[in-house]
Amino acid sequence: MRAAVIVFPGSNCDRDMAVALKAAGAEVSMVWHKDASLPDDVDLVAVPGGFSFGDYLRCGAIAAQSPICKAVVNHADRGGYVLGVCNGFQVLTETGLLPGVLMRNANLKFVCKTVDLKVETSASAYTEGYNAGDIVGYPVAHHDGNYTVDDSTLSGLKSDDRIAFTYGDNPNGSVADIAGVLSENRRVLGMMPHPERAVDAGHGGTDGQALFRGLVGQLAQA
Amino acid sequence: MKARVHVMLKNGVLDPQGEAVRHALGSLGFDGVEGVRQGKIIELDLADGTSEDMISEMCEKLLANTVIESYRVEVL
Repeated sequence: MRAAVIVFPGSNCDRDMAVALKAAGAEVSMVWHKDASLPDDVDLVAVPGGFSFGDYLRCGAIAAQSPICKAVVNHADRGGYVLGVCNGFQVLTETGLLPGVLMRNANLKFVCKTVDLKVETSASAYTEGYNAGDIVGYPVAHHDGNYTVDDSTLSGLKSDDRIAFTYGDNPNGSVADIAGVLSENRRVLGMMPHPERAVDAGHGGTDGQALFRGLVGQLAQA
Repeated sequence: MKARVHVMLKNGVLDPQGEAVRHALGSLGFDGVEGVRQGKIIELDLADGTSEDMISEMCEKLLANTVIESYRVEVL
């Protein structure tokens, strides 16, 4: 299974993402934002956390216009897998691959702690390693994680089982406690919490391992 | 030519920053501030003859996120 991790100026979770994917058995290449194409035969593109382009204009807005993001959108349009974490989630909403937008946290504070998440669906390559209803601990670290969508999109997300994770104790004001959402074809996942920061005992928890193992395992068979 | 783009959160979208500013004004003793909405102004220096359509396209593609923001273009 081949994965590409996108690196923007200001990305800071790119190496953690690469380590987590490699530990799960993926071959990983790092791809610079100015590249206009992805390496051949990439199964998964990971858009990592950080503060791409200093969060100028809006979080993820400038990154979403970078040359590599056109290639990422094409990859997704062809049915490829894309995982966006934290700033990566913000970038994916700005490209239009995922609905909604991440606004400033409702309490205006940067939140940095490990939170309990509920796995809402196991019907995706990302979450098939869990059971729906499982409670997992992933760290969050963001200022703009307040997920907002209009009511009709929200009811669509619910009826199509596209909410992947919800917060136990909502840290940012997200509508319907949403922490992560899937695309219509269930191959693009955006989430604010960091699974790649929960894959080693030294991280304080390993609840993220099942996400990467399930993903790599499923894409390796494909 | 110059243009000024006003970007505001759409009506109905909760503005936590505007709300914090409203609170701060209240604690400074300014009574009767019933609402604060915070937006941004972007000034563009443009080649003469740039069409308003092109400026609108800039807004749609980058300057505003139309999921939550509305924009107004003012050609100066």
